[in-house]
Amino acid sequence: MILDAKVPDGPLEAKWDRHRDHLKLVSPANKRKYTVIVVGTGLAGASAAASLGELGYQVLSFCFQDSPRRAHSIAAQGGINAAKNYPNDGDSVYRLFYDTIKGGDFRAREANVYRLAQVSASIIDQCVAQGVPFAREYGGYLANRSFGGAQVSRTFYARGQTGQQLLLGAYSALMRQASTGRVKILPRREMLDLVVVDGVARGIVVRNLVTGGLETYVADAVCLATGGYANVFYLSTNAKGCNVTAAWRAHRRGAFFANPCYTQIHPTCIPVAGDYQSKLTLMSESLRNDGRVWVPKTPGDTRRPEQIPEAERDYFLERKYPSFGNLVPRDVASRNAKEQCDAGKGIGPGGRGVYLDFSDAIKRDGLAAIRERYGNLFDMYHEITAEDAYTVPMRIYPAPHYTMGGLWVDYNLMSNLPGLFVLGEANFSDHGANRLGASALMQGLADGYFILPYTIGDYLASAKLTALDTDHASFRDAEREVSERLSRLLAIKGKRTVDSFHRELGVMLWNQCGMARNEAGLKELLQRIPALREEFWENVTVPGSPGTLNQTLERAGRVADFLEFAELLVLDALERRESCGGHFREESQTEEGEALRDDEHFCHVAAWEFRGVGETPVLHKEPLTFTNVSLAQRSYK
Amino acid sequence: MDLTLKVWRQAGPKEKGRLVTYEAKGIPEDASFLEMLDIVNSRLEAQGEEPIAFDHDCREGICGSCGCMINGRPHGPGQGITTCQLYMRKFHHGDTIVIEPFRARAFPVVKDLVVARSAFDKIIQAGGFISVNTGSAPEANTIPVPKPNAEAAMDAAACIGCGACVATCKNASAVLFVSAKISHLALLPQGEPERERRALAMVAAMDAAGFGHCSNEGECEAECPKGISLVNIARLNREHLRATVRK
Repeated sequence: MILDAKVPDGPLEAKWDRHRDHLKLVSPANKRKYTVIVVGTGLAGASAAASLGELGYQVLSFCFQDSPRRAHSIAAQGGINAAKNYPNDGDSVYRLFYDTIKGGDFRAREANVYRLAQVSASIIDQCVAQGVPFAREYGGYLANRSFGGAQVSRTFYARGQTGQQLLLGAYSALMRQASTGRVKILPRREMLDLVVVDGVARGIVVRNLVTGGLETYVADAVCLATGGYANVFYLSTNAKGCNVTAAWRAHRRGAFFANPCYTQIHPTCIPVAGDYQSKLTLMSESLRNDGRVWVPKTPGDTRRPEQIPEAERDYFLERKYPSFGNLVPRDVASRNAKEQCDAGKGIGPGGRGVYLDFSDAIKRDGLAAIRERYGNLFDMYHEITAEDAYTVPMRIYPAPHYTMGGLWVDYNLMSNLPGLFVLGEANFSDHGANRLGASALMQGLADGYFILPYTIGDYLASAKLTALDTDHASFRDAEREVSERLSRLLAIKGKRTVDSFHRELGVMLWNQCGMARNEAGLKELLQRIPALREEFWENVTVPGSPGTLNQTLERAGRVADFLEFAELLVLDALERRESCGGHFREESQTEEGEALRDDEHFCHVAAWEFRGVGETPVLHKEPLTFTNVSLAQRSYK
Repeated sequence: MDLTLKVWRQAGPKEKGRLVTYEAKGIPEDASFLEMLDIVNSRLEAQGEEPIAFDHDCREGICGSCGCMINGRPHGPGQGITTCQLYMRKFHHGDTIVIEPFRARAFPVVKDLVVARSAFDKIIQAGGFISVNTGSAPEANTIPVPKPNAEAAMDAAACIGCGACVATCKNASAVLFVSAKISHLALLPQGEPERERRALAMVAAMDAAGFGHCSNEGECEAECPKGISLVNIARLNREHLRATVRK
């Protein structure tokens, strides 16, 4: 099968405009005849559902939380990039495009990334009009700060709560549409299957998490904006509820999963403290603007940080990467922290940590300035660790944070299954092998506000869809399969908890498919994961009944899917015998230990086709062609 | 540390609930409160018993999902934190901790510690937005906002919609929640055109949802994990009065 990305012809900077000029339109009177399902209410889902409602479509908006406002986009701290060039420091659409494609280690689709940079400025306009309280200068104009992987200041922010404010903006737009009746809000529903009729996505099966009942919904198109899969590692910065289930269920129904091995390990998280720990907490990347990362020069130095004189500290990022310093991209910063800890220079419990030190910034700018910039982050750090980062350096260590891989989509954000659109983190499209800071919010909102509303119209105007209801055999069959699976989980009545399996899977993956991967380790995982999955289906315990709120059953279903998905992640990591971005194969590195790509053999998107649990999936390759940038070894020195 | 928990267990919205006692032994003091509940739940699950249902998601104090009454206080002891940000080092070995759901007529119990807070969504639907369609926004810097106003709007916009203000109020009033959104939008020039309609509609929606009147006692401000100030209620009152007289 040939994967057609449907990238329009013409020069890079004209592709999107020309494409929009020729997309088919649905007339205003006809829009209300179409129903669109949007699963997920994070930045991508809420912005898409609201925008589609404004256009006049009938929208069904689903989320598993008790309110759309709680989706995990809300936890994004640092900011959102846009090529506004307000600081007059030389930014442009091209530069944002180039930084993003380079940051992604040349493993993203050129045309998509350029479009993302193009619409970035409109996102800021839209959010400001909605009342998002971005940081401002005294003149009343918008303020910017810098972020990793860029040498210009193009990041807009609302204190350390940018994601919250952007999401509440999208949520308010969504609530406005709900009040008109064009969007129906269906909270506390978890999508457990995609319904495909004659090869076309036509609906979903959800579990009503309050009543436990299964519900089916028909639509003319289904949009998944269900986030990423970093929780496959168990410990991550994601919310506890984040999961791969919706994407994985779509994959099982035929949607290709692209680049699952591209996972982002964020450098600035609070280190693991104990085995009771349920999640890891991110400290925003913006802290690297003012914080300096260091470790003691001597391995095994157990002195307190303030007792270690300047000459005996190694500011390893500043030393190795003089031009970007502490603001190197996330994958580079994370790998270097691991390298220092592996060399015995790590600090804190278990030696898995490095310092992020603000004392110079406090001396330079004053305590008040630092408090204004990062106060809430320092408070959060204090609550968790009982340490005061104004006086003692923060301890940080990398943690799984974001996943660049996701369901394969074409330029129109449609998967290989007609009628199934995938937005935001759930798709694979824009970040390549590593995402730059402040780009996730940009992509989620670009997809939802400015791309999907155009491309979905083209699909609906040209698709020949027959009228259906939920009595159709495909709906009945999907619902029955979901019901049987839930009953099976409840009937095992084994000895081990759902979380114990999830933790075991997470540790396995973190150790052998985390920041560094090699062939032997990955092959071992391909033996161990199926064995763990088998044990899960024989020995898990899920108390309670299906016909009620049952949080253990919810988690059991998600972990069962992670146990299938993890195998694909590892297989993809094994197959990609090069290092790129967040995917670091120990066999493929430069003499200085940097990620070494193999453009001759791996300059492609790996899109996997499901063939059954435990069966080898089929690999389809979408070649990546670069006509506007030359592939270079990334250098941040 | 070893603790005794008295936890509200209620099988469903129409079932009768009661406090059930659990012994929570060997809890690490660096664990969070929700991790303590995780540990207790794992032990229950391992015995084939139904674990305690509670809402939670981000576990970093921003999504607003978590929240229960801990020894009679929403989000427990301490200021400026949500339940997920409460750490066991705030308690002592041998303590008894009483854990109950948020209680308000507008927040019916779903199960155990889980309550329904969709009444908040209804209030926002009534007018907690600026009516701007995607695509019709002007260039962002054509709307300058004085920094102090932007900062004050951000202070109000920081509300996470957790419902602690309602849970702590003897009248179960949602006025702090409503005032935070009214203030956020009233402080910005973008919010000006719908200012009056918004104040009237949101207050009416709050009343319709079954929330009580403001008690004027300020417990809401004291318990708000995000430090939403009573000043916002004063602003809401002014906005509402202004809208009423100009109607």
